Amino acid sequence: MAILEVNDVNKAFGGLKALNAVNLSVEEGTVHAIIGPNGAGKSTLLNCFVGRLIPDTGSVMFNGQSLLGIKPHKINQTGVARVFQTPEIFTDLSILENVMIPAFAKVDGSFRINAWKTVGTRGEVRDMAEKVLEEVGLHEKRDIIASSLSRGDKRRLEMAMCLVQDPKLLLLDEPTAGMSRADTNNTVDLLQRVGTHITKIVIEHDMHVVFSLADHISVLAQGTVIAGGKPEDIKGNPKVQEAYLGGAHA
Amino acid sequence: MMFAGLSRNDKLLFAGFTIAALAMPLLAWPVGANYPDLLQKFAIYGIFAIGFNILFGLTGYLSFGHAAFLGVGSYAAVWMFKGVTMNVIPAVIFGVMVSGMFAALIGFVSLRRSGIYFSILTLAFAQMSYNLAYSVLTPITNGETGLQLRQDDARILDRMFVEQSEGLPSTNLFGLEMSGYPGFYFCCVLLIIAFFIALRIQRSPFGMMLRAIKTNQVRMNYTGFNTRPYALTAFIISGMYAGLAGSLLAVTDPLAGAERMQWTASGEVVLMTILGGAGTLVGPILGAGLIKYFENIFSSYNDGLLAESFSFLPDFLNDALVFVIGPFVGEGWSLLLGIVFMAIVIFLPGGLMEGLARIHGWYRRRGQGDAGRNVAKQAAE
Amino acid sequence: MDVILLQLLNGLDKGGAYALIALGLTIIFGTLGVVNFAHGALFMLGAFCAVSVQALLTISKKVKDESIKFFDAYKEIPYLEAWWGDTGATIIDYAVPISILIAIPLMLLIGLGMERGLIRYFYKRPHAEQILVTFGLAIVVQELIKAQFGANPIPTPAPEVIAGSANVGLWVGLGESVVYPWWRLIYLAFAGVVIALAFAFLNLTTYGMVVRAGMADRETVGLLGINIQRRFTIVFGMAAVIAGLAGVMYTPILPPDYHMGMDFLVLSFVVVVVGGMGSLGGAVLAGFMLGILQSFASMNEVKSILPGIDQIIIYLIAVVILLVRPRGLLGRKGVMES
Repeated sequence: MAILEVNDVNKAFGGLKALNAVNLSVEEGTVHAIIGPNGAGKSTLLNCFVGRLIPDTGSVMFNGQSLLGIKPHKINQTGVARVFQTPEIFTDLSILENVMIPAFAKVDGSFRINAWKTVGTRGEVRDMAEKVLEEVGLHEKRDIIASSLSRGDKRRLEMAMCLVQDPKLLLLDEPTAGMSRADTNNTVDLLQRVGTHITKIVIEHDMHVVFSLADHISVLAQGTVIAGGKPEDIKGNPKVQEAYLGGAHA
Repeated sequence: MMFAGLSRNDKLLFAGFTIAALAMPLLAWPVGANYPDLLQKFAIYGIFAIGFNILFGLTGYLSFGHAAFLGVGSYAAVWMFKGVTMNVIPAVIFGVMVSGMFAALIGFVSLRRSGIYFSILTLAFAQMSYNLAYSVLTPITNGETGLQLRQDDARILDRMFVEQSEGLPSTNLFGLEMSGYPGFYFCCVLLIIAFFIALRIQRSPFGMMLRAIKTNQVRMNYTGFNTRPYALTAFIISGMYAGLAGSLLAVTDPLAGAERMQWTASGEVVLMTILGGAGTLVGPILGAGLIKYFENIFSSYNDGLLAESFSFLPDFLNDALVFVIGPFVGEGWSLLLGIVFMAIVIFLPGGLMEGLARIHGWYRRRGQGDAGRNVAKQAAE
Repeated sequence: MDVILLQLLNGLDKGGAYALIALGLTIIFGTLGVVNFAHGALFMLGAFCAVSVQALLTISKKVKDESIKFFDAYKEIPYLEAWWGDTGATIIDYAVPISILIAIPLMLLIGLGMERGLIRYFYKRPHAEQILVTFGLAIVVQELIKAQFGANPIPTPAPEVIAGSANVGLWVGLGESVVYPWWRLIYLAFAGVVIALAFAFLNLTTYGMVVRAGMADRETVGLLGINIQRRFTIVFGMAAVIAGLAGVMYTPILPPDYHMGMDFLVLSFVVVVVGGMGSLGGAVLAGFMLGILQSFASMNEVKSILPGIDQIIIYLIAVVILLVRPRGLLGRKGVMES
């Protein structure tokens, strides 16, 4: 069952056609990778999924409901979580607090004035957070201020923040960008291990990551999908090789 | 029940604060601050600063227009005095309500933008309110002269129940005159309540959301939170605190003037909060107290008094000191304030609480290592 | 109709001042990313430069007043007059234009000093702290001026030869009776010229092109090996000169006092918000628009229907525009939106 359907999406910025009749279908429970050379329009496409950009034409349907023009927080409440290129976390708060906050969003909704009870009395939220922290391996560090984490740990924290909401769809925007080999391997490890039932869309440059994780790959070049299919099919595809023209590092 | 969920540290903090507040006259005595008028100012501006801190220190929105709510609170309270009764309770309630509604209005428009845009808008609204009070809405505000009590005010309820004496009536709490120490204790009790509410907000999930908004509003949005109502709520709450402070100013001195709404007054509360430590519980109150205390000392000096106090020194030294210190006293208090403001922002943006935490951490580290620093940080927040 | 013409000219004058300040604000924000709450103070410093020059030129000595025979009376004569007679008097008369010459290097120095000495330490710090430190600076400048010059406005007249009025009515075919002070017309022309020069500089020179590129994407320009920092510092100095000159030229129109800095700053900020943060064209357009609006709102006919409207019209318009079109008149979408 396709959880995300992208139909005929077009987006132009002035004279530049960023997305050209993009068609995509993501099956529930799979890991779908979107790859392509720089400037192909991958981030633009992602921004259409999260309410940041509105395409000129076309539709983006999540579980049968359109995501276009919906505010980011509402999109999240329908079950879409997102990881940023540079980890966006709450740097001044502790790790536990970082994960409790998305938990609160899940439990209490997008706006509630809980001004009277203390955080301490909300045990169920705390439990949710701690469980996820254990899954990603950050439990011992839970009281540390998030700003002091390494880049790899910040990425893990961000993952935990998404996972605690038990999303239906997880969007990962270049999750291993700028990481060392070790950190990259850890991240791949994490993604393989945790939240296996969650549908994931991964935008990536690192082919090693893509081929370790993806069930399905879509190749974007100059705003169009030039190829789509299983990893084995994409590997040998001449169109893909041409598009990259020596840019791919396997 | 009221204290349910608060940690032991918090209960101690609140107890300590209550004792310190109630004992303020005693604590103020050694430093020569034991005047009811001055003590009232400590309490009133403490309330103002706590409320401002909820918007700025907690949520991260810098407003330059909060003096407008202070002014509105004062005007509303005086109108209640004039129109209905000199009893302070209705006046305070009315002041808080009116400024809350005003804050809702201004907040709604200003929060269409965030960051710098927001700050500029609040400054603009403050100026607009000041102009309105000064020259446009003069039937309500009495413009330049300010709103004052008059012998022939309506005072509907009062005239029905109480015999009117000669001269102007004074504000009272069911008969107890609200000047001098009784006035101070009324303000003080409200300060303690205000502190308690702020404490509960800070420790609540709502408070955590506000802190998260300050740290990373974008992330909050993508995490499923609609940040606008959160910010608006914080704005209204802080506006109500300011309205409370304004009403209390009128309680202790029943008049309301437009100068209270000038941007310089807004700047003053910003400074108090930053000086004490934005985002901490106790910092803003500390900052308010210090500023008011030193304002009292410095503004009353002039060159003549300075020369006198240094009279024990030889003439040339005396003259030199007066020359150097002179520009900063009396009228020059604002100049001194501006310089202190800049110094704090440049060198110690976390205010006194940050300074104390650093000292505490330094001591701890000599024994215990880095764990001490985190504990100190938490204790101060 | 005559009244409308006069109010229009008044509005353009005031709008010119707003536009110049807003222009400087937008340039500084666009290049350095700093919100300069002390910009109004720069405008004020220019104005008080003129005041100081006038004060300097008119340092006087006591001289016996020969025209009074009954007793010994003294009057004050400026030294310049005493030494050089008529030439001296003329020099004093031209105090304002002379201050223009002095103001340019002075404001440049002040601007560069401000940037190198204070602002540059705040590039990496949060916006709130930038606002706060420049806000504090604005207070300090205001208080220093108040301490030095007192609390009252100080009249600074234009040179005699220009003091009269022009027959603008004749120019537009409205008849002889419509007159408008020469100096105000000069101010209008001055504002226009400065704005045109600024745009020309930014759009037609290579230096300006680099600055604009930096405004769009500072990091990339830096990576290209261009010392964008030095250019930005100079741009700050230029913005300071523009503000200062606007202040100097405005003194005959409005006697300077210690709170004019903040008064103009708040209104200029509103101009920037209405015009669209980051848009130079927007700042200028909005400046003139709001100046004209405010001018018309202060007409007696208007005030009799809506008393005090002139004080708040600018804010009201800003509110309406913000509600209807949050990015301002010419702002780019997505800049500073919530």
